[in-house]
Amino acid sequence: MTFFMQILISGLVVGAVYALVAFGFVLIYKSSDVINFAQGEFLLVGAYIALSLVVFYQVPFPAAVALTLSMCVILGVVVERLVLRPFIGERVISVIMATIGLSLLMRGIIQMVWGTETRTFPGIFPDMPVRLGDVVVSQIYLWSLAVAVVLLVVFTVFFKYSSTGIVMRAAADDQVAALSMGISVKRIIAITWAIAAVVAAIGGILLGNINGVNPSLAYIGLMVLPVVILGGLDSVPGAVVGGFIIGILESLAGGYLDPLIGGGVKEVAPFAVLLLVLMVRPYGLFGKEIIERV
Amino acid sequence: MLVLNNVEVMYDHVILVLKGMSLEVPEGKVVTLLGSNGAGKTTTLKAVSGLLKSENGHITDGFIEFDGERINGMEPETIVRRGIFQVMEGRRVFEHLNVDENLIAGAYTRRDRRNIRRDIDMVYGYFPRLRDLKHRTAGYLSGGEQQMLAIGRALMARPKLMLLDEPSLGLAPLLVQEIFRIIRQINQDQGTTILVVEQNANVALGIADYGYIMENGKIVLEGAVDRLVDNEDVREFYLGLSDVGKRKSYREVKHYKRRKRWLS
Ligand SMILES: Nc1ncnc2c1ncn2[C@@H]1O[C@H](COP(=O)(O)OP(=O)(O)OP(=O)(O)O)[C@@H](O)[C@H]1O
Ligand SMILES: [Mg+2]
Repeated sequence: MTFFMQILISGLVVGAVYALVAFGFVLIYKSSDVINFAQGEFLLVGAYIALSLVVFYQVPFPAAVALTLSMCVILGVVVERLVLRPFIGERVISVIMATIGLSLLMRGIIQMVWGTETRTFPGIFPDMPVRLGDVVVSQIYLWSLAVAVVLLVVFTVFFKYSSTGIVMRAAADDQVAALSMGISVKRIIAITWAIAAVVAAIGGILLGNINGVNPSLAYIGLMVLPVVILGGLDSVPGAVVGGFIIGILESLAGGYLDPLIGGGVKEVAPFAVLLLVLMVRPYGLFGKEIIERV
Repeated sequence: MLVLNNVEVMYDHVILVLKGMSLEVPEGKVVTLLGSNGAGKTTTLKAVSGLLKSENGHITDGFIEFDGERINGMEPETIVRRGIFQVMEGRRVFEHLNVDENLIAGAYTRRDRRNIRRDIDMVYGYFPRLRDLKHRTAGYLSGGEQQMLAIGRALMARPKLMLLDEPSLGLAPLLVQEIFRIIRQINQDQGTTILVVEQNANVALGIADYGYIMENGKIVLEGAVDRLVDNEDVREFYLGLSDVGKRKSYREVKHYKRRKRWLS
């Protein structure tokens, strides 16, 4: 039972990061129909910038995080302006190629700047693990979970109640109608990219504190695909639920099946479940509710 | 207030749709623009509101002035901020937003955010039915309720000039009457100038002060509404009234056709 709980908790933590990254991915897809393959690189950039600030420039951790996130806001806006804006109105496949190109470019630059070996954050969160009944959990896990959940709640409230949030949903619903009421769709898309870069960076910083940072972290950019397809490409709640489901599945498969078979199930399990779900619900768990009235 | 002078509009750099369109909307009035399918009514409104660009349409000749200033070529956002608001054909409510949120989105360009609540109440005053539905997802409203919402959303921007594109589309006759009555009332209470495009000439001429009839990209007839409704061609082709009781003989039909050709 404790083994199960340990696995469940690490699955939740990984799932929380998936949820964050998928959240950004879905926002971009909803606001501009762009499939962003560079989401994993945003995560990586965030993790590295924060790490450099803390390690090389000795910036205190909270300030480093704040600085990193402001830089990621700028990065998101600039990337949208320079890379995506010229593709407005182009075919879907060209836009996909553009984001794949962007991901390769960013990965190249990252490796040039930071190399490929794993770097670690100096112990920022206390080492002392916390006991929850029989289960022992390291503090960073709890922090990560808490941060992710708080963020997701904050964004949910933002989209539901703030006027910017309402306008962002409006523009995702009908861009031309939004234009007709003077809503600047360009500005909305820029905000979307900034948010996506920021949440990915937060995911990267959390993961970096758990496992250290190296370029392979960007694989999460790929894991986000089963997550969002499972949840429904255009559903924000779907991204969050999908993130947790995939995280937990991966962790369960890694804990119970890998030792039996000798490894490899962990990586495949999410995709197997994805296939099963898609057979029953082709639009994913929370796929778009297309409102049709006659 | 609004002047279109000899406006020419082309889509995709080849399809010429407006061919010297001229029209004037005086401040405080309700003006209607009538015409058959494909005449270019929607295109005219989009030329004014700046929405042509999103369809690769361009004004290639002539000019559009609002309050004495040229507005052709401006971004839709700027035009809305200057006080022109287009209610698009087919209502286009934000389907996944609820009624309240749709209204809030309409007020996007407003600076006086404090008054938004009050104006939402004003909209509900005009359309009491919407008040009961305020938390309902807009996509599930009936066509008439959506049209009310679309007009209410325009009111939220407090425009000086409201452009309405076929507000009667797909609505039952009684509802059409009600909506047009409210449009007139808005014009009177708020002093909002209105340019309304319609297929339903009857009801549009019923509330307008002045009317234009367009065919094939330009105006073919215009006049004060009472003069238009007396015009024989308008009666025949737009109001569907030929002189009551008379049988239509073949010769008369031919006569209609001749007139129709003259009109276009
Ligand atoms: N985006 C576009 N690209 C090319 N042609 C267009 C475009 N929009 C409209 N047209 C053409 O311009 C002409 C006028 O269209 P418009 O929509 O202005 O007509 P309308 O008078 O509003 O008609 P309806 O009463 O049917 O709404 C039509 O022949 C139409 O096919
Ligand atoms: Mg039209």
